[in-house]
Parts: sequence; structure tokens; C-alpha cells
Amino acid sequence: MKLSKKDILGIKELSQDEIHLILDTAESFLEVSTRKIKKVPTLRGKTVINFFVEASTRTRTSFEIAGKRLSADTVNISASTSSLVKGETLTDTAKTLEAMNPDIIVIRHSAAGAPHMLARLVRQSIINAGDGAHEHPTQALLDMMTIRMEKGTLRGLNVAIIGDIAHSRVARSNILGLTMMGANVTVCGPAMMIPRDVVKLSVRVSYHMEQAVKDADIIMMLRIQLERQNDNFFPSDREYARYYCLNSNNIRLAKPDVLVMHPGPINRGIEIAPDIADGAQSLILKQVTNGVAVRMALLYLLAGGEE
Amino acid sequence: MKLLLTGGRVIDPSRNIDEKLDLLIENGFIARCDRNSVASADISQDTQTLDLTDMIIVPGLVDMHTHLREPGHEYKETILTGSEAAVTGGFTSIACMPNTKPVNDNRSVTEFILKQAAIADMARVYPVAAISRNSEGTLLTEFGDLHEAGAVAYSDDGLPVMNSRLMRSALEYAHSLAVPVISHCEDLNLSKGGHMNEGIISTELGLTGIPSVAEDVMVERDIALAAFTNTSVHIAHVSTAGSVEAIRRAKDKGVRVTAETAPHYFTLTDEFLRSFSTNAKMYPPLRSHEDTAAIKQGLRDGTIDAIASDHAPHSSIEKDVEFMFAASGIIGMETSLAICLKLVDEGILSLSQLIEKMTTAPAAILNIAGGTLAAGSVADVTVIDPRRKWTIDVSRFRSKSRNSPYNGWQVKGKTILTIVGGVIKYRDI
Repeated sequence: MKLSKKDILGIKELSQDEIHLILDTAESFLEVSTRKIKKVPTLRGKTVINFFVEASTRTRTSFEIAGKRLSADTVNISASTSSLVKGETLTDTAKTLEAMNPDIIVIRHSAAGAPHMLARLVRQSIINAGDGAHEHPTQALLDMMTIRMEKGTLRGLNVAIIGDIAHSRVARSNILGLTMMGANVTVCGPAMMIPRDVVKLSVRVSYHMEQAVKDADIIMMLRIQLERQNDNFFPSDREYARYYCLNSNNIRLAKPDVLVMHPGPINRGIEIAPDIADGAQSLILKQVTNGVAVRMALLYLLAGGEE
Repeated sequence: MKLLLTGGRVIDPSRNIDEKLDLLIENGFIARCDRNSVASADISQDTQTLDLTDMIIVPGLVDMHTHLREPGHEYKETILTGSEAAVTGGFTSIACMPNTKPVNDNRSVTEFILKQAAIADMARVYPVAAISRNSEGTLLTEFGDLHEAGAVAYSDDGLPVMNSRLMRSALEYAHSLAVPVISHCEDLNLSKGGHMNEGIISTELGLTGIPSVAEDVMVERDIALAAFTNTSVHIAHVSTAGSVEAIRRAKDKGVRVTAETAPHYFTLTDEFLRSFSTNAKMYPPLRSHEDTAAIKQGLRDGTIDAIASDHAPHSSIEKDVEFMFAASGIIGMETSLAICLKLVDEGILSLSQLIEKMTTAPAAILNIAGGTLAAGSVADVTVIDPRRKWTIDVSRFRSKSRNSPYNGWQVKGKTILTIVGGVIKYRDI
């Protein structure tokens, strides 16, 4: 089966079957990263541009490693949004990149919809590596892959997503993906960080950690941006940690075999206690490992490579 | 020089007329438009006669809310191209907002606008002057001098007056001069950082929302100020159900509040933004279905007096960028009538009620000439072919800008003749 898509812009554009295909493909690529020689010739002669208009270390590195393990030529471009605003427009940059004939362009951008704009402008495949607070499909795919591998299925699982739901592209993509795959999703955070009408996305809303984690199979913590307190999204890091930090007390309310996830980077002691982040229930580093496999799968499926 | 329009259906809301009548124009004024048909004695050798059978003749349309961008942003629009767009859309009079560069906050800018309008010699152009100096929301402009220079209203459109005391002063001083204040209602703290209506679509797109209450609370404030000071206020571009309800309640209590909305606030919703189309980005933003329904009800029951386009030209430089970085505003003068005629097709308004909201009512609010076909009035006349089907094509616009969400729409009803002061300024017959 092939992915009949030019671009991966968001989870919204994917079907259940496509998600399964991507996760199956990713699982088959996991093994490559454990070899002594971590390289397959699948995408030899293909060019992947990692176009990052917003700072990123882990996602960019993950994409770069994914491309290299498939033998693609990867090129990283970093540009600050401000220089784009002042100087060259996204349209002009896109046309310039297109003229160099890459095969895939991976874009991270602070503006929601920027990858969609790029996809309209150029003939190459576009992968959204995070656009504003809109979507982060590769993160949601690696999260779903991790859950599916650990629990065997996504269907029927209770998943609590906790933190700044309003500003999180990770939350949005996971809400779309997990609900589509049959999980029961609860979102939780301070009232100011719960976006309006979010219940219309078929999630349960709670403002209380204890309520949200009760009977959870998966607890997904989000990174809190401390500067949000300057805009009154929460009163202080002290109060935030008091109510929304996952710790050894409130985690007991979840199912005994609950697993803990976090897209990273983590704020130790703010949204997650160190012993939980480092504990046996934590999947945080598995997520990172699976991230490379998911990105290899997407590059492979989009570039139409042959094994 | 005489012009005789014959055979058309005349709709003149100022006199409750809707019937087949002859209309005679002489020396720039309406000489006759009543049940006594034009006698042969009234027709001389130099009379030009136009047979307008099956056409609709109305007082020249008035767009009380436009942005002409001159001085300062002539690459987006000029007073010439803007007033050409106006007559193409059937507008004989347009009011232009003061957010030019420099801001129209003093006599010299007002006079410049009027001079350019006279050179353009298309539609009548009525400058709206700023409420505060440089529209900074702190110090009043010279209302008296600006009015003497030709300003017909005061507004800090685009930059709402957050200071309630300044707004109170503006309402009281303007009232003493019998000049209206037009309020752009938006609480800047509530709307801060917002790009679109706050609701399920903004939640899905991850874009910061502009809540409808950002408008509602300021409409309520301005109504309270007008009631307390016993003055009047005009609410610009109403976009929310809450505003409609507040204005309806205020009118019932006898507060002198008038209101306008724009065609996009009853034909488009925030659903349109799913594609991140920058041509659907404007302030106030496109709202929900509940809001468009409330706006239509407000138009029907008279809560909303007028329809204005909020014509806001932007070039591709401002619009062909990421949604978050795109400038706000859409053009509307060349599409307004055709889009508004949908209200008649849908049975929301009678044709006469629609025409009233597009000419008689705004002319009365601004206290300007026009809005009537009564004998002795200025001969500002628009002729509409109600059956003409056409496709909106931005590449054919007279406006310099192309930022319209209606591009490609199939519409019915078109201006075929626009007469300003007895002179034909646009003709498509």
C-alpha cells in the first residue's frame, strides 16, 4: 500500500488507514536504527530540505537523522521569522527552494498555516514539522506509535492530555489522531489554557488533575511556557506546579499500568516531577527513538522509495 | 442639458416610492420624478433619453465606510481608483476613513482629500476625520475646523477609542456641532494578538481568537455613553449577535444609536478561514453562523440601519504572506450591491428596504446630499439590472487591489448606470 498524498500537513488530512500504514511502516524502520551500520540505500539520490523558520533542536535533528539513515541528502536551513518578515517573503523563499529541485521540504514555522501555503506554492512534498499552535503531525504520529507498541491498540484507551492546550500544536494533533483512532481523550489545564469550544473535538474537559488522570491508561504532559504567566494564562509557576504537576501522588489515581509521555523538552518540577520523568512508567525517551522511525516512514512513503 | 430615464421601476425609499416612473434630470438636479409623467414640453432638443425598461432606478448608492489609502498608501488605492471602483459598484457617494498616512486629523489632509476627489471627478468623496490626534486615543482633533474643511464625521476607525473619557468628550463635542461619531467597537485588551473569531475554528487552527465580546462590551459602553450624555453614536461594521441585541435594546429605550454592517458579516463565516485564506482576514473578523443569522435579523427588523462595504484595499505585498502576518481588510465597493441583493433573494429584505440601507439611511446618518430622488435633489442616480448574471472577477476591478473573498462567485444583479450630479460616470448598457 502506498500513501496517496503529496504532503503531510496535519493529522486532520489523514485517515485511520493512512495512520496505520504510517505506524506499520515506522515500526519496520525501527530496526535500522539498531544496526551497526545505520543506513539503508532507500532514498539514495533524493534531497530533503529541513526548512526551519522557528528554533528547534530535537525535531530538526530527528528529521536530519531520519533522512540520513535512508541515504537521502539532507540540507538544513534555519531562518528567523523576523528576517523573513523584514526581507524575503515565504513565497519567494519557497520558489527559490523549489528551483533547486529537492524532493521533500520539511517545514517548521511559527505561523499556523505556513506549511499549507508552501504546499500550494511548490510541487515538492511538504511535511509539517510544526506550524504555530496548529498542528505537529509527526509528533502525534510518534506518540500514537509509542502508545500502540506499548498497549497493543489505541482503541478504548483513556488518554489525559494535561497542560497548555490552547497554545499546543502537540495537543491539537494528538486530539485529532487519538479520537480518530478510538481513544477517549480528556484535556486538562488552567481554564485560561483550555481553548473555546474544544469539546466539539469530542474530548472531555477537566480543570482538575485528579479528575483528568483518574483511570488513565496514558498521561501526556505538555511543556508549559513560563512566559505565559506574563499574559495571565496562569498566575505563577508555583501555583501551576501545585495544581498541574504530575507527581507520585496524583499518578496513583490512574490505572496501575499507566504510562507517561511528554513531547519534551521537560520543565522538571513544573509540569512533571523528576522521579516520574525518569521513572519506569516514563516513555519519554522511547518517544524520541520512535520519532526517528516515524520520520523515516514519512520520508519513505512520500518519496515513493523502494526497499 | 437634460437626461430622461424612462420605463424603469423607480425605488425611492425616502418617499416610499416603488413604481414605474419617468425621471428627468436637469442641470445636475432631479427635475421631476413623480406620477405626473414627463410632458413633451419638458423635453427639448438636447434631452438625452434612455429607455430603462425592466431596470431599477434608485437614489445613488452611498457607501459610508471605505478606505481610499490616499495620502500615504497610493500603491494600494488612490482617491481616483477608489472613486472609480465606487461608481462601478453603483456608489455615487463614499465616506473615507482617516487612517491614511498622515492620518486625516487636520484641515490640510481633509482639504487634500477633497482636492484629489475633485480632480478624480467620479463619486462624491466625504472625508471622515480622526477623533484623536494621529488616532492615538489621547487628545481630541479640531472637530470644528475639520468639519468646516469638509469632514462629515469623526472616527478613529481601525484604532478603537479605548479611553472612555475621550469617547465621552468626542460624543458631546461632536453632538454640539451636529456631526456624527462613528465608533469602531473593539476592546483591544480582549482582542490582543487575535487573528480570527474565537470559536471552534480558531481552536482547530490554533490561531489566537478575537472573542465576540471584544465587540459587544464596547458597543454596550458607547450606548451607555450616548444615553448618559444624551448624544448619538453610530456603530461601525457590526459583526456579532451580542452587538445586534445591545443596539436593539438601546433603540427600544430611545437611545440615539445607529448601526451599519458589511456584506461579509451576513454572507461569510469563520468556516471560510479553514483554508487560511488571507482574503477573508479582516477586523472585526468573520464570525459564526449564529452571528450571521443575528445580523440578518437585525437588518430585517431595522436594528441595523445601513450596509457599508468597509472597502479596505491591500496589495499582494500585505496579503500573499503567512495568515498571521497578513494585513486585515477586504475590498468591497465593486461587489457590495450584488452580494447584498442576495438578501432580497433570500426574502430577508424587500428591494426597497435594501436600497434604503444602501442610500437613504447612510445619507441621513452622515447628513449629506443624496439618498432621494425627490425633485430639487442632486441628481445622484444608480440604475440596476436585477437580472444580469455575472461572475466576480477581481482581475477586472477598477480598484487597485484584489483582496476579495468573493472572487469567482456567480452573482445576479449589476449596476449598469451611475449618475453623479447629473453626469454619467459609469455605464454598462
